[in-house]
Amino acid sequence: MLIKRPSDILNSEITDRRLFENRRAFITRSGVGLAAGAALWHGLTSPARAARSSTNTALAGLPSALSTDEAKTDYQSVTTYNNFYEFGTGKDDPARNAGRMAVRPWTVSVEGLAGKPRTFDIDDLIKLAPLEERIYRMRCVEGWSMVIPWVGFPLAALLKEVDPLGSAKYVEFLTHYDREIMTRRPVLDWPYGEGLRMDEALHPLTLLAVGLYGETLPNQNGAPVRLVVPWKYGFKSAKSIVTIRLTEKQPPTAWNRAAPQEYGFYSNVNPEVSHPRWSQATERRIGELRRRPTLMFNGYGEQVASLYQGMDLRKHY
Amino acid sequence: MLRTPSPLALNAIKALVFVLCLIPAGQLALGWQTDTLGANPIETLTHATGDWALRLLLLTLAVTPLRRLSGLHWLLRLRRMLGLFAFAYALGHFAIWIWLDLYLDWPAIARDILERPFVTVGFAALVLMIPLAATSNTFAIRRMGGRRWQALHRATYGIAILGVLHFWWLVKADVLEPLVHALVLAVLLGLRAWWREQERQRQLSVPPPAKHLQRPVIRIMPK
Repeated sequence: MLIKRPSDILNSEITDRRLFENRRAFITRSGVGLAAGAALWHGLTSPARAARSSTNTALAGLPSALSTDEAKTDYQSVTTYNNFYEFGTGKDDPARNAGRMAVRPWTVSVEGLAGKPRTFDIDDLIKLAPLEERIYRMRCVEGWSMVIPWVGFPLAALLKEVDPLGSAKYVEFLTHYDREIMTRRPVLDWPYGEGLRMDEALHPLTLLAVGLYGETLPNQNGAPVRLVVPWKYGFKSAKSIVTIRLTEKQPPTAWNRAAPQEYGFYSNVNPEVSHPRWSQATERRIGELRRRPTLMFNGYGEQVASLYQGMDLRKHY
Repeated sequence: MLRTPSPLALNAIKALVFVLCLIPAGQLALGWQTDTLGANPIETLTHATGDWALRLLLLTLAVTPLRRLSGLHWLLRLRRMLGLFAFAYALGHFAIWIWLDLYLDWPAIARDILERPFVTVGFAALVLMIPLAATSNTFAIRRMGGRRWQALHRATYGIAILGVLHFWWLVKADVLEPLVHALVLAVLLGLRAWWREQERQRQLSVPPPAKHLQRPVIRIMPK
């Protein structure tokens, strides 16, 4: 793996979240002539505002060499444009509904083929390794992308704690499901499950994220702990994880079970392999108007392409 | 008043429906201008115009059943406007897709139309709407004659089916919304089929006239 260069962004240089949030307010106010009308319509038509949750607490991370220096997607968009189907299939549903989820107390059970299986309390888990800020591109299978400053640590640090057995070839992730506060409709087979091959799980880019924009994760982004695998389509990065299981066989995954011909186990970002129903050659970066070309492995090919040497990525989509 | 509105009242109703049909477009234009269409405004525009095109299409198809069930025959006077608005939103939907979304990347547009079934059926629906929109005027009805005009405009049934398919095939997993549209369409088309069948039965059950009343058929239509 190549370490490309140290991050040129200091924590202090990252635009404060509140400034980002003011952006839209500013644009609205400056809309000469339309401002009055806009104010009228605002309440009727505006998408959900980010829940200004007082439970988000500061969570600083050390700068990382693995961060991109691309412009970050604003906090408002990162926290109001989400896919978290347990809270509804509309993009603004999670921001509206995920506030119901209690993220304390919370435990993550690491089980299966491990020498030292263990259940972690979330507050201990956060202290397991030094927190880093990782600014990653995120490419959704639907054709849009963001740049998000995550806070977390490599999943490898957690796996090391439980001492995986030699027979552990895959890692399965199961996420929180509570029918009292989440949808009861079987849109997907709940609870949402995801999986990685062991080498993918141990890759330095693979992150266990507990925060974004220097604060704890908002619920709609997968609080209190989620996976971030930046070279794969977003749905691989499971949210609100409760169980991590080391297995010998490839675990079932939610979208693959729902539509196996459309979503494979690997789901690496690949502009050359179309989704059966739409092209993956381009993407819209949220905040931009024109599409941009999608990069192989979401631009992380230098670091991860070797994991898939000799594999037919058309077959293993 | 409601049963047979005066010409003045009917004009007022038409004006009201016209304004109502413009509201979603105005709302979207304003939202675009003021950046309140969410994180992905182009997606919001695309989805909203598509939703309204389909809703208005179903509303157009609801006129005849509503008229028959309620006896409010003047409802027919709103149908042309509803249909034309459905076309306008479909055209806007298409324009937003090729222009804002794909930036007039013609090869990409052509590939999508040819290779992606959900785009193919949506595009087909739009193309089929063109002759209907072009003949949605009194002059065209006169020129074509009522029967031929009506035959052409039955294409609306097919267009609506394509529109619902377009919606169904694009969703990732949750087909609830397309399903609701499909059910509404099924009712609207089902009622027509049912009434047609009833009419057929009625005609079959009329006894033939008594022998002494039968007359040789005299053709009064020029051949």
